[in-house]
Amino acid sequence: MRLVAAGGAAALTAACGWDGGRLIRPALLDWSRVNDWVGEKVFFSPTRLARTYDPGERSAMLPSYFISDMTPMVRDPEAWRLRVDGMVAQPLDLSLHELMAMPRASYTVKHHCVEGWSAIASWHGVPVSTIVERCRPRPGARFIDFASFDAGYSNGWDLASALHPQTILAYGMNDNPLPPAHGAPLRLYSPTKLGYKLTKYLVSMTFTDKRPGGYWEDQGYPWFGGI
Amino acid sequence: MSDSPAPATPVVPARTPVRRHHWIVRLTHWATVVLLAGMIASGLQIYEAYARFGNRGGPFLPSPFDGTQWPHWSRLGGWLAGALNWHFALMWPLVTFGLLYLAYLVKSGEWRALLFMPRDVPGTVQMVRYYLRLRRDHPHQGKHNPLQKLAYTGVIVLGVLAVLTGLAVYKPTQLGWLTALFGGFQAARYWHFWIVWLFVGFTIAHIILVFVVDPASLRAMLTGWYRGTPRRKSTGVRSCDWSRQAGRRR
Repeated sequence: MRLVAAGGAAALTAACGWDGGRLIRPALLDWSRVNDWVGEKVFFSPTRLARTYDPGERSAMLPSYFISDMTPMVRDPEAWRLRVDGMVAQPLDLSLHELMAMPRASYTVKHHCVEGWSAIASWHGVPVSTIVERCRPRPGARFIDFASFDAGYSNGWDLASALHPQTILAYGMNDNPLPPAHGAPLRLYSPTKLGYKLTKYLVSMTFTDKRPGGYWEDQGYPWFGGI
Repeated sequence: MSDSPAPATPVVPARTPVRRHHWIVRLTHWATVVLLAGMIASGLQIYEAYARFGNRGGPFLPSPFDGTQWPHWSRLGGWLAGALNWHFALMWPLVTFGLLYLAYLVKSGEWRALLFMPRDVPGTVQMVRYYLRLRRDHPHQGKHNPLQKLAYTGVIVLGVLAVLTGLAVYKPTQLGWLTALFGGFQAARYWHFWIVWLFVGFTIAHIILVFVVDPASLRAMLTGWYRGTPRRKSTGVRSCDWSRQAGRRR
């Protein structure tokens, strides 16, 4: 029994900082798919709304992240377009003015980062459901691949999460135009997902029947990222 | 001289091994040891990504561990994503074994011997008096003394709270009511974190007491059979009758 205890202790010591190695890591990633399924089918509700706050409750700061070396910026905002393509009946090519002319949603919600921090901020923009109505996805389109001009950063989303009433393409933050640090000119936002799922610096949304990966998702972060 | 052999019956009857722990209890006990160690180690790695409690910009909940980086050996997962995948995988068997154990407690009726009830309060006072040497003889007890009942009931409550605060942190939007119940996302993180140290404290006390008071109980938790006599000054009121009865019941 002492031998077992010593063996266990040795194994534990060897396990320090261990991601599971060649044998267990793939199993952990496979199991993460099960958690994605549970997150999508058991916990996620297409109608339940995240708690909203009073603008006066906004946090003093909200950190911003991008993967490029410098803050990604569009040279000519007038020339910027959001491309909507893939398995859709009506591909779209939308300017910021066109997006701003669409029905507008705004809310003050808590932002949850996978790291464990949170911050309250206000966001305004176009519900993704409005875009979906206009581009009319073909049957079989189950996912959207949101792509950015931030060094190829992207996120794959399930259609149900994208259609949630609080999932928006935000062009504004805290009553101001979206700042470059937070994804100007357009970013994905939703209080139903962790921050790393909320693609900044958007350039396209592509409807597909194959589950798209994502920058962090491909490195082992949970794909669904729902909260 | 023709001495007849000594009578076969010893004067003091040998203590016959008694059946103490059902296999479900032993299985769930040791599975919990391993799984909880994995949950805590991956949890410490997760903690490192944001080692404080409060919205960005504050205010922050008071904690002496703000900004603490835990020693390398105590962390599991290598980085945040690896730790999350361990944490979200181990949570399933941990909850499953926990539910199996609770189901066994209810089904077998053993919860009666374990659950701390208001009527155990006077007995608790007597046990504390005994341990503080204000009382010489060991108070009469059943399978567990009232202090043990308090500890084991407390650790079950702790387990339930660990799962609930974990869910509150895991799905603060979908389970918003639960998160609100714990005072919000950051407060739920805070409780989830502090529960760990209560578990650690319980485990340390538990291990010390096993070896100091009743080392034979370790073998009982492994094999199911209890063969020891607890090291106690008491002269007999306390007995192992409970376990003989329990043995017959099975």
